[in-house]
Amino acid sequence: MTNWKVILGIAKTHLITKMKSTTTASLGVTFGIGAYITLVSFMTGLNGMLDDLVINQTPHIHLYNEIEPSEQQPIALHEEFENALNVVHSIKPKQSQKKIHNALPILNYLKETGNVKGATPQLRAQIFYLSGSIELGGNLVGVDIMEEVRLSNIQDYIIQGTPEALKNNNSGILLGSGLANKMSLSTGDRIQVSTIKGDIFPLKIVGIYQSGIADIDNIQSFTNLKTVQQILGEAENYVTDINVKLNDITEAATMSRRLERQFKVKAIDINEANAQFETGSNIRNLITYAVSITLLIVAGFGIYNILNMLIYEKMKDIAILKATGFSGTDVQLIFMSQAMIIGAIGGILGLVVGYGLTRLIDNVAFETEALPTITTYPINYNIMYYIIGISFALISTFIAGYLPSSKAKRIDPVQIIRGT
Amino acid sequence: MSIVLEAKNINKYFKKPVLFHVLKNLNFKVKTGEFASIMGKSGSGKSTLLYILSTMDTDYEGQLFLNEELVTGKPNTLLSRIRNKHIGFVFQFHYLLSEFSVLENVMLPAKKLGVKSHSEIEYDAMEKLKMLKIDQLAKKRASRISGGEKQRVAIARALINNPSVLMGDEPTGNLDSYNAENVFQIFKQLKEDQGLSLLVVTHDIDFAKRTDRIIQMEDGQIINQ
Ligand SMILES: Nc1ncnc2c1ncn2[C@@H]1O[C@H](COP(=O)(O)OP(=O)(O)OP(=O)(O)O)[C@@H](O)[C@H]1O
Ligand SMILES: [Mg+2]
Repeated sequence: MTNWKVILGIAKTHLITKMKSTTTASLGVTFGIGAYITLVSFMTGLNGMLDDLVINQTPHIHLYNEIEPSEQQPIALHEEFENALNVVHSIKPKQSQKKIHNALPILNYLKETGNVKGATPQLRAQIFYLSGSIELGGNLVGVDIMEEVRLSNIQDYIIQGTPEALKNNNSGILLGSGLANKMSLSTGDRIQVSTIKGDIFPLKIVGIYQSGIADIDNIQSFTNLKTVQQILGEAENYVTDINVKLNDITEAATMSRRLERQFKVKAIDINEANAQFETGSNIRNLITYAVSITLLIVAGFGIYNILNMLIYEKMKDIAILKATGFSGTDVQLIFMSQAMIIGAIGGILGLVVGYGLTRLIDNVAFETEALPTITTYPINYNIMYYIIGISFALISTFIAGYLPSSKAKRIDPVQIIRGT
Repeated sequence: MSIVLEAKNINKYFKKPVLFHVLKNLNFKVKTGEFASIMGKSGSGKSTLLYILSTMDTDYEGQLFLNEELVTGKPNTLLSRIRNKHIGFVFQFHYLLSEFSVLENVMLPAKKLGVKSHSEIEYDAMEKLKMLKIDQLAKKRASRISGGEKQRVAIARALINNPSVLMGDEPTGNLDSYNAENVFQIFKQLKEDQGLSLLVVTHDIDFAKRTDRIIQMEDGQIINQ
């Protein structure tokens, strides 16, 4: 039978009379948990921001037509060479168009498939930007701008002008910010583009696009799909890329394999495209947990030491308690509850400190060209981290308290009483 | 007359530093309401015996009965409970929890027993303190009272659960003659008024002579009882 009121009463008295050690031990835990909350909220906030940067700009599935050599060479069709070792030198891909052969049926099919949030056609063309005497090579991407707005956060990256302005102007262009700088152009100005074949088209700048990634902003601009088709002199079904957004991103891989087989196109899913990105996130998580666990181990040793000292000082008390009828388990519970009280107080304080620090960081200005919508450091407020934090505190103090308190449980009162 | 405490063929050995047969086949009984004292030279094994009788030391051979029930071989938690409920122990050195008040020290075993309510326990504790004439110290920290006062607080604590037997290991050992006499009178009164059984180790021959019976020990044996 455990009489918690008595046990907690004794534990409380011990803690209060040893206020200094209690405070030191609690602050150790506070420090560990506070650091954990701050680090994990900040690191995952950063991860989330960088993920957004990539995920929002990357389609869940990207369909395109890759120019590559056929896997089956004509010789393989001949039965007579079936068992022979065939050596074919200098294989070259068959001349093929970049366009997706049956783009419109694919688009219609995708729009009717469940789990697809949307599919947008794109037409990428190699062109030259001409302004005065300057001639710069680059890409012109023809898009269905309103669908892009619905499915990605492209409007966040349009730093001048609006998507509607592009939609309403058949010869409008959203010029890459790097290009605009190089050619000293701004919204309202005119620019000419020239195809590889040499045809020249005038376009009106209706906005400036800035992804924050210089390599893109220096070469890429957006315009309406139809405009690019006209510039290239191609039909309305001429599309080089289809970007698919899904409702459930976890199905991206299986779906992309299926589309690849079904339509004989190349399909890349988001995980394939960003494999290296995951690594960065994992390393940041690793650092967070390594630092937090180190701090908690230090705090744990602090508690272990303080309890050990306390038990050493309280040998006589333990002997008296045992002599007057408290069992070994009661004594262990007295010291365990001290550890747990230290863990709980320190842990909760740690959560508060962590929350305060993250609030502080959250308000620190952080501006970057890559992320036009972000003005302060990103913080991920997730209740889960607070639950993990407090569990962390309780578990580590439990472990730190367990050994000394087991020792107290085993103390032989006769030995202590004799010893005096 | 019923028997409150009975020891049958008690043997104890210390194995370290060398094998030492400290208690040699002890047999004796304490009747209910009896005030017995144990005397013997230093090193004759009196304290060792008392620790066994109080159930704190379980490393012995033989059998121990409390209220005619065998306690030898019972699990530790049960022994704790027996100590809590049936045995009051007063040490030679007044062992009190120094961070607690006098009253809290006295109340603690009753709180552990958990039978009575807090206010009942407090009332009982105050009664015991009054009986020992130290009720005015109730709120003081246990570390801030004199040795004789501490000894009486320890007696009050030993009595709080109205035990079957009160054991004392030289309870007057480091008291002046005035306080020693006072403690003796308290014991005698408890025996007479409440029929408490007492077993007290003492070196004080005047103290022992006035008890009901003297158990004389020598070299781990009872030579006279
Ligand atoms: N832990 C121990 N290990 C080995 N021998 C011990 C131990 N404790 C006591 N002894 C020995 O056992 C004998 C009995 O000791 P005990 O304390 O019972 O004596 P005592 O009769 O109470 O003496 P005193 O009157 O001085 O208190 C002594 O010879 C002592 O040296
Ligand atoms: Mg002794």
